[in-house]
Amino acid sequence: FFRKVKVYGQPNLFAKSVEFTQLAAEYKAVNLGQGFPDFSPPQFITEAFCKAVSGGPPMHQYTRAFGHPALVQSLAKFFSRIVGHDIDPFEDILVTVGAYQALFCAFQALIDEGDEVIIVEPFFDCYQPMVVMAGGKAVYVPLRPKEGTAVLSSGDWVLSAEELASKITPHTKAIVINTPNNPLGKVYKREELQMIADLCIKHDLLCFSDEVYEWLTYDGAKHVKIASLPGMWERTVTIGSGGKTFSATGWKVGWAMGSGHILKYMKTIHQNSIYHCATAAQEAVAQGFEREHELFGTPQSYFQQLPAMLHHRREKLASSLKGVGLQPIMPEGGYFMITDISSIAVDFKDSDTKDENYDFRFVKWLIKEKGLATIPVSAFYSPEHSKEFDKYIRFCFVKENSTLDAAEEILKKWSQNESSH
Amino acid sequence: WNDSLFRLFRACCVVASRLLLCMFLFRVAFTSLAADPSVVNLGQGFPDIPPPSYVKEALAKAVSVDRMNQYTRGFGHPPLVKALSQVYGHVYGRPIDPFKEVLVTVGGYGSLFSTMQGLVEEGDEVIIIEPFFDCYVPMVRMAGAKPVFIPLRLKSGKKSITSADWYLDPDELSSKFTSKTKAIIINTPNNPIGKILTRDELQMIADLCIKHDTLCFSDEVYEWLIYRGQQHVKIATLPGMWERTITIGSAGKTFSVTGWKLGWSIGPQHLIRHLQTVMQNTLYTCPTPLQEAVAQGLMLNMELIGQPECYFTSLAEELEGKRDRMAAIVQEAGMTPVIPEGGYFMLVDVSALNQDLSDMKTDDDDDEAYDYKFVKWMIKKKKLAAIPVTAFVSDQSTKDFEKYIRLCFIKVNKTLLLWLH
Repeated sequence: FFRKVKVYGQPNLFAKSVEFTQLAAEYKAVNLGQGFPDFSPPQFITEAFCKAVSGGPPMHQYTRAFGHPALVQSLAKFFSRIVGHDIDPFEDILVTVGAYQALFCAFQALIDEGDEVIIVEPFFDCYQPMVVMAGGKAVYVPLRPKEGTAVLSSGDWVLSAEELASKITPHTKAIVINTPNNPLGKVYKREELQMIADLCIKHDLLCFSDEVYEWLTYDGAKHVKIASLPGMWERTVTIGSGGKTFSATGWKVGWAMGSGHILKYMKTIHQNSIYHCATAAQEAVAQGFEREHELFGTPQSYFQQLPAMLHHRREKLASSLKGVGLQPIMPEGGYFMITDISSIAVDFKDSDTKDENYDFRFVKWLIKEKGLATIPVSAFYSPEHSKEFDKYIRFCFVKENSTLDAAEEILKKWSQNESSH
Repeated sequence: WNDSLFRLFRACCVVASRLLLCMFLFRVAFTSLAADPSVVNLGQGFPDIPPPSYVKEALAKAVSVDRMNQYTRGFGHPPLVKALSQVYGHVYGRPIDPFKEVLVTVGGYGSLFSTMQGLVEEGDEVIIIEPFFDCYVPMVRMAGAKPVFIPLRLKSGKKSITSADWYLDPDELSSKFTSKTKAIIINTPNNPIGKILTRDELQMIADLCIKHDTLCFSDEVYEWLIYRGQQHVKIATLPGMWERTITIGSAGKTFSVTGWKLGWSIGPQHLIRHLQTVMQNTLYTCPTPLQEAVAQGLMLNMELIGQPECYFTSLAEELEGKRDRMAAIVQEAGMTPVIPEGGYFMLVDVSALNQDLSDMKTDDDDDEAYDYKFVKWMIKKKKLAAIPVTAFVSDQSTKDFEKYIRLCFIKVNKTLLLWLH
């Protein structure tokens, strides 16, 4: 029922990214690889944490195992009106140690031996080992750039309804989607989610919807919750993140939301693995949601301010990349931007890496030769498709202007070197 | 998929074990009964005394440092693993590699989970000493293994007065080791009895581990709560044991901050790396600011070792007074306390009261153990909550432990006095 160490032992992207991080540190590279902000969380949230810390003894002792009451209540209140369903704070929500642990509970609780799970690529790489750990089999469907048009935005990457439908078998248990998507930045449109929902309902499938970047949408793109579509609340687990919501990834407060009859199995996994999450951090996130509830839709809302700030950083990075002849794919949402590197010819003098995918070699070369750290995008693909998508690298633009300025300098120098050849 | 989910649920939490069902149902029933504010709660195993102010201050300070609010190293925040390596290097009398021999987890509970998942395989047997912290059994089962029980036995002819009056029968223990035995779990100081395994007892266990080439999982979360005249010995320090032992510790129990949910596993690299892999695939990393604050608390106390202000010893001194006061109160009430050598729980023999509990019998469970009925009666009639000790034993040992309830004495004097009144 729980998979064994041999299966656990697959190195995942985090392990690889540790390797890249070490390399980046060694070469003192400007790090646009790591997926977390290098600026501070908003003051109101750090103040909320400090207030919780100086609260009475209960703030430092165990709280309710499935979620601190103040937090589940504020999440239920906040999201009920967005999902269009009365969310029961105690039945329909499980608080976890980051969205990562919510994903773990979902796969462990709901995927049985022999089940197939459809994963839309490119995917946050932990999905695959978690499917395998639960005894399931991962089946992949890639987002593909639209044919015939210039591919300038993440919105130009689409899922084929026929291709998706063709992957469904009698063993299919669930579909995993991530919107806004890491690494591509795609924000699924309502029609696209409807297409997925129709298949879920037709074939009685579950849907795991990883929505950690839900507040980060740009250019008027609208984040739609698949759980809000008709017939989907009862079969969807929606995963969220306090860390991504409030730019405090190190707090590790996440949650899963869904119908109680599904959540209860996840609660059992949680109870027998972690049991409780840290109290003070949950209290602080609860206060954050209370504030946002009051300010929702207004200019003072952090959920307006953060995407507005990142919108410009995204533009800034994109123009720096274009300046050196790279083709960025403008993300409609999220923390990341991918860039097509096929137009740059590089002579990898490093024969050690010749068996690796092109983008992996490029990333290492970029760190060593240019002092700029990124992540290779083929790491987010299945083995069967990774060679198809090995000409992209991923940048994180959720960084201080100074970091992006430093990156811009590197790219300017690079393009000057190119033009001088 | 409803059928398979139900099967999964059953496999996960019941597996034909009345014990697990009892525990699960008991927790639910107990929580609602004891939630009545007029009930003095000496059941729950966490402090209502405040943690030392310097750890709270360290946490508030950590949150004000930008970098401390973002992801840290997955296997443990470097300042924390270094602090653990220093403190425990001193305690063990051997160098401990902070990066290879230490893993930070979500509480001692998370360490137990990572250990079971990382090192126990399907078909293994794991020896558990009764009474045991209740999560050991579901965790062993979830790893696909079989729990094998051996009870602590009361020395005959002794009216039980201290936890030292319980012992492990050497022949009985030896008989439990088979070719399938993967590990033995020990908990010292023990929850709920408070027994501290003596060096001789640990040597006996060690000899068997070496003879049968088994692992030892040593849950030492209460390691600092040792009362006068007692000594806590780490089984990992006995010859031949470092290489086969995982030792578990807890920040929550060390600094009276159970709500911080930070713990650690210490052991040889060839074992710890499997726990690290589990961590990487379940929740990836623990919260940063909490780890930073615990690191500071450890370093501060490291400087104070041997001095009266050192929390590693001062907390135990404070608790000894509470222990003795509680024992006196219990005796005055006509019951017999079992004075614990360590930990913050006390067993109380209620048989002298000869309490008639016939009106506590429920229709659906004629078989309910005496201590369960007694606790319900005590909550209803005496407004005092405790935990029935048979919750910590297997079916075959129920008869030996059903005259005991467990009280927690890490409570402010006001709480203890409330009960006295």
